[in-house]
Amino acid sequence: MHGLIFRTLEAFISDTFSPENWTDVVVRANLPVNSFEAMLQYDADYFPQLLSAAGHVLDRPESVILEDIGTYLITHQNHASVRRLMRFGGETFSELLHSLDDLPGRTRMAVSGLDLPQVEVRQPTNGNFTILCRGNPSGFGHVLVGLLRAMADDYGTLALLEHRGQRDWAEVIEVTVVETAFADDRGFSLTEFAIAEDA
Amino acid sequence: MISAQEVLLTLRPLHVWVGPTGHVRQVGKSFAKLGLDDPTGHRFLEVFEIQRPTKPSNMTDLRCLAGQVLRLRVRSEPELGLRGLVIEDKADGAILDLSLGMAVIDAVQRYGLTAQDFAPSDLVMELLFLQEAKSSAMAASFSLNARLNGARLAAETEAVTDGLTGLYNRRGLDGAMARLGQSDTEYAILQMDLDRFKQVNDTLGHGVGDAVLKRVAGILRAHTRQDDLIVRAGGDEFVIVCPGLTDAVRLNALAGVLIRDISEPVVIEGHDLAIGASIGIAVSEATARRDTMNTITCADIALYAAKRSGRGQHLFWLPDMGSSLVDLELPVPRSQGA
Repeated sequence: MHGLIFRTLEAFISDTFSPENWTDVVVRANLPVNSFEAMLQYDADYFPQLLSAAGHVLDRPESVILEDIGTYLITHQNHASVRRLMRFGGETFSELLHSLDDLPGRTRMAVSGLDLPQVEVRQPTNGNFTILCRGNPSGFGHVLVGLLRAMADDYGTLALLEHRGQRDWAEVIEVTVVETAFADDRGFSLTEFAIAEDA
Repeated sequence: MISAQEVLLTLRPLHVWVGPTGHVRQVGKSFAKLGLDDPTGHRFLEVFEIQRPTKPSNMTDLRCLAGQVLRLRVRSEPELGLRGLVIEDKADGAILDLSLGMAVIDAVQRYGLTAQDFAPSDLVMELLFLQEAKSSAMAASFSLNARLNGARLAAETEAVTDGLTGLYNRRGLDGAMARLGQSDTEYAILQMDLDRFKQVNDTLGHGVGDAVLKRVAGILRAHTRQDDLIVRAGGDEFVIVCPGLTDAVRLNALAGVLIRDISEPVVIEGHDLAIGASIGIAVSEATARRDTMNTITCADIALYAAKRSGRGQHLFWLPDMGSSLVDLELPVPRSQGA
């Protein structure tokens, strides 16, 4: 499994909580690794172990942790590039949702070897989207919920997002776009290319 | 039916339509962003310079390029390279469909282009996405490499360093001797043992012993040159390698001052200590210079001779001392009296 995934978990816990909390998580997970490198590969089994340990140490459900990671990736200044790369998906939040089918492909294009679940977007009625995530890492749907919630804020769009659990081996997310000009759009310019990247 | 003008204006943001007289009739909407005053009505070849495959000088030349890929630039923005295709409009004019090619990345920065400046079918957004993603991934990769390199340098330094004194260890000595053996530099080796160190260590404990060793390391550092290599070869055994220093007078003075300073009475953790030192010196040109181990052995032999002639002495190696430790009569075991 790609080191970026582990590195993100580590950075999230260290930045949002404390480096001591991260140490507790690693000790509790009983892994032979203390710190993860973004550009190395690690055993995929480590991830559920770390997540379970994080649930204990931070005293909250794993789904909540995953969702917060999604929000953290978009809002934390160390990951400004993630927000920018997401904004390449579309001019509006709805366009972004329509572009999510491309998310795993775009991600692979950005970082080869970083495999995300297959994403399928359906829009049964105007303003209501259903997003299906199939494949590993499981729980990615929760990350996507947090990530999209933060992106809706970024576009100034009022949207309701909910993880509906599993259906037919797919994580199901429902999105309702309520109002597109709810708040100010944070804006996106191709020229403000920031290389602020946590490493 | 939609007119050709409209088709071009809607679909091709970087097109130029040139009339039969060679004047620009119409341009795509993105040209306005490229620092260009509206070229409509101006002579095409005065606004643009076609560089390849040939340089047309009139409308007939331009029409002859139909169907070919052109490389051109805007005369007022010479750094901005464009490429595109020219076709005849069947009314004695020509239509050029242009693109920024790889220059798009610079152009986006320079002219503040947005997604609307490109055709939706254009892959330019993917290109820009990839450019940003690649830069972020490269930054992460460089950062990893920098950290790994730092760790490697630290590990390399640690591998040749004595943890207690910070002097080189025997591995560091071996490396330095191998390098010296391959150069033409003459050098001297000072082999030094402490006198009465073992008693201190045994009776007063390792803490006091360690303090003595650190003090000795400090004395060695204070009296040697930047290029000299100071080694704690083990226990109370030190080696000093002095590249380029073979002068007997200076080596005599160096050994004398080291023994004098080390032998100064000192109080460590409330104990009065009287440590001493013996030194054997060998100079590369007097021994077989290429054989660095031989020079070290000779210094070792001289050290034994110095110890045997009474502590607190230093002696140069002389040919009559022999060149093997086995040659020594009545060898003094290293631990005895140390």
